[in-house]
Amino acid sequence: MYDVIIIGGGVVGCALARELSRYNLHLALLEKEVEVGFGTSKTNSGIIHAGHHSSAGTLKGKFEWAGNQMWDDLAKDLKFGFRRIGELLIARQTEDLQYLQDLKKQGESRGVTGLELWDPKRLQKEEPNLSHTILQALHAPTAGVINPYEACFGLIECACQNGVELFCAHPVQSIKAVESGFLIHTQQQDFQSRIVLNVAGVYADRVAAMVGADNFKISPRKGEEYMLDRRLQGIVTHLIFPTPTATSKGVLIIPTVDGPIMVGPTAEDVDDREDFTTSFSGAAKVFASVQEYCPAISDRDTITEFAGLRAVADSNDFVIEGSSVRGFYNIAGIQSPGLTAAPAIATYVTEMLRADGIALTEKERWKADIDGPPRFSQMTPTERKAAILEDPAYGRIVCRCESVTEAEVLYAIQHGARTLDGVKFRVRAGMGRCQGGFCTTRIMDLLVQHLDVPLTTISKRGQGSEVCIPRRDQILAEDEV
Amino acid sequence: MNNPLKKQYDVVIVGGGPAGLAAALGARKSGAENILIIEREVEAGGILNQCIHSGFGLHYFKEELTGPEYAERFVAHALSENITMLTDSYVIDISPALQVAVLSGRHGYLNVQARAVVLAMGCRERTRGAIRTPGFRPAGVMTAGLAQKMVNMKGVLPGRKIAILGSGDIGLIMARRLALEGCEVVSVYEIFPYSNGLTRNVVQCLDDFDIPLQLSATVAFIHGRDRVNRLTIAPVDAQRLPDLNKSWDVDCDTLLFSIGLIPENELSTKLRLHMDPATGGPQVNSTLETSLPGVFACGNVLHVHDIVDFVSEESLRAGQFAADLALGRRRPGDNIALQKGANIASCVPHSLSPDREQVIYLRVKQPMKNCILSIGDRYQKKFRMLIPAEMIRLTLAPEVLDRYFGDNLKIEVRPQEVE
Repeated sequence: MYDVIIIGGGVVGCALARELSRYNLHLALLEKEVEVGFGTSKTNSGIIHAGHHSSAGTLKGKFEWAGNQMWDDLAKDLKFGFRRIGELLIARQTEDLQYLQDLKKQGESRGVTGLELWDPKRLQKEEPNLSHTILQALHAPTAGVINPYEACFGLIECACQNGVELFCAHPVQSIKAVESGFLIHTQQQDFQSRIVLNVAGVYADRVAAMVGADNFKISPRKGEEYMLDRRLQGIVTHLIFPTPTATSKGVLIIPTVDGPIMVGPTAEDVDDREDFTTSFSGAAKVFASVQEYCPAISDRDTITEFAGLRAVADSNDFVIEGSSVRGFYNIAGIQSPGLTAAPAIATYVTEMLRADGIALTEKERWKADIDGPPRFSQMTPTERKAAILEDPAYGRIVCRCESVTEAEVLYAIQHGARTLDGVKFRVRAGMGRCQGGFCTTRIMDLLVQHLDVPLTTISKRGQGSEVCIPRRDQILAEDEV
Repeated sequence: MNNPLKKQYDVVIVGGGPAGLAAALGARKSGAENILIIEREVEAGGILNQCIHSGFGLHYFKEELTGPEYAERFVAHALSENITMLTDSYVIDISPALQVAVLSGRHGYLNVQARAVVLAMGCRERTRGAIRTPGFRPAGVMTAGLAQKMVNMKGVLPGRKIAILGSGDIGLIMARRLALEGCEVVSVYEIFPYSNGLTRNVVQCLDDFDIPLQLSATVAFIHGRDRVNRLTIAPVDAQRLPDLNKSWDVDCDTLLFSIGLIPENELSTKLRLHMDPATGGPQVNSTLETSLPGVFACGNVLHVHDIVDFVSEESLRAGQFAADLALGRRRPGDNIALQKGANIASCVPHSLSPDREQVIYLRVKQPMKNCILSIGDRYQKKFRMLIPAEMIRLTLAPEVLDRYFGDNLKIEVRPQEVE
């Protein structure tokens, strides 16, 4: 019997797991994918919003600035990259100017610091590669960038270190309200819990419907992103936002925390909750948009692209509430600025549980930080020499595009990576310009060696996505046996 | 950890594939004493080690060899010449003063000083991301070279029912290889109206195995969330844009990409060498020296070759020139700039000197029948057919160049005028 089960291992679920792990609670997190963060979070733009975007009076507005201020500590404790590179919201038409003014006022009223309007001269000086026709820009120095999947891995590792039990590849099939709480059925096993936190992203309304607590609807809104070659690194140094439209913040230029520039996302309402597809029209839209304000960016520099789904609630705001079913909480519709807000949502939900009479006594020993993955590419030559002396596996580069060593791949495997994507998103092996062309077999070998499984079971991201099959002669030989 | 290296080498070669091995032999032939090859993999030979098909060596050895056989000859020769080979080692930096920083699995972090450096890092394959093929991102999508490594080095198959996008040579070779392994190869799709592989490969790998080659067609969508299960194929117009109204679907579980090769020039870019956007490699003079004195380049890092025999020939020369420089033997500088004229996509080197015979490699932009290739007004050669997929190698006698002191010399290919 668990005290609390969290359904969904996105960034909000992981943040909740870590937050609740401070207390003497028996906790578990159930995730349908093979890794945490492999749904909406993985494909997020990775922006920690400055704090002034969301309207006052909404939950989004309530948690955006509060969440923003929590990321410095999180990044330090959980050892993931976070850079406050600042954001520039650009006005290209005279009617946009008022929006910039309003946003500045909105931010200042909630305490967002450093907001400043830049004239074209200042803008040219700071960002010479942006179009010279931009009228004005609102600079927000509090905006930053992270890798959302690294945040998920850090949060869940810290949570597990403090006693949370993690069950990946456990899609929830049904939930029954029973006298003592809930009976949660998955293909592998059943779980019992007093409290259920439904953080199931684009599936949150379906999970809520399992107990009849679905007083909201989720519709997926797709976003396509295009990652550009390192050649264009540094072409802009701030996050570049156009003045937004009704449905989206527009197509952004994102200098990712690792350096390469990413452009996107699109915003397209879709019916299919598994529609992670990129499209000709999406690419055309993204590049046509960004070329209007940064002409040097070309689609020919794309090294990879992907699509993700935002979970949009019918209220268009976050849904964070206890439901009509006692003990069942919905934390849903966490679209932008959901990543920014995630840690603030976690503390808010914790206080909500306390207010509902859940006993929250702090653990005597709660460890806030983790060791975090080593990053050879960021070490100085002296640090590199020392690392190699300690472990010769640092002397073997596995992924040459991103300078990832064997020691780092082994670290990923020791910390739960079971798939190629699990390794890739933990330590960047396979993420560079060759997209795994050279290192895939080497990483597969390391997985085989350290997990003691056959090569043909190694998958991209879980069952059904195996990378290779046995040769025909092997199949025939097995048939004869 | 012990350091097996000397402090200084006459010639340090980055890469132990066919280019690096030949460069080392060239340097030895020119009298360099201390020669070091730094190779990333555990074995030298480069990509040849996974090319177990035959067809290598027809020009260079005048006999037909497999990739590993071709590599083995060079490795054996290099060993007999006492060339130092540091394998399982990776060059992470070269300073403008030719200090080479090496990361070695066995020896840790090493630094060596070179008198001359030869860049021979080869190339990598273009991926799906480069052409933004729409659809899901499932397992079963990979480059043809990765599939080749899986089949030939790991003894596993990428799938059962294979489609190939792009008719580059590796794609064609893999179509045959997978057919021989009992896979069903559905088709090869090529966005251009002509094949981008060698004619002999189209005949021997596709025609002989009844594998269809669909020209002017591309993959417009990849279906399957976890594993490829279907492709949407669309014909393309003259601008190579897909016509989705005329598209059709094809069942398969694997899609291989063979859509071109890109020279691996990360080190060159770090060194701020002047690059040639047409080749993707550094600009070089007639001694294959880059814009940074003492740094040479050869093989696929300089420009992508079709056949390894030309790589060996070019790299042998690069090694000789590198040794000449290391040993202080000076040559007159180039005085003729080579200029690309009509229907020339790329040519290497970028400048010439009349003091010796010159070798020029070039590619045409468009296929052309019955044409004349001319260099200035002193050299003409007739060709029955030139295609972008087949690189042309020319040698120029010094007397052709004598007259061109300080001039731009234009290379062009024009249709032969009908008399």
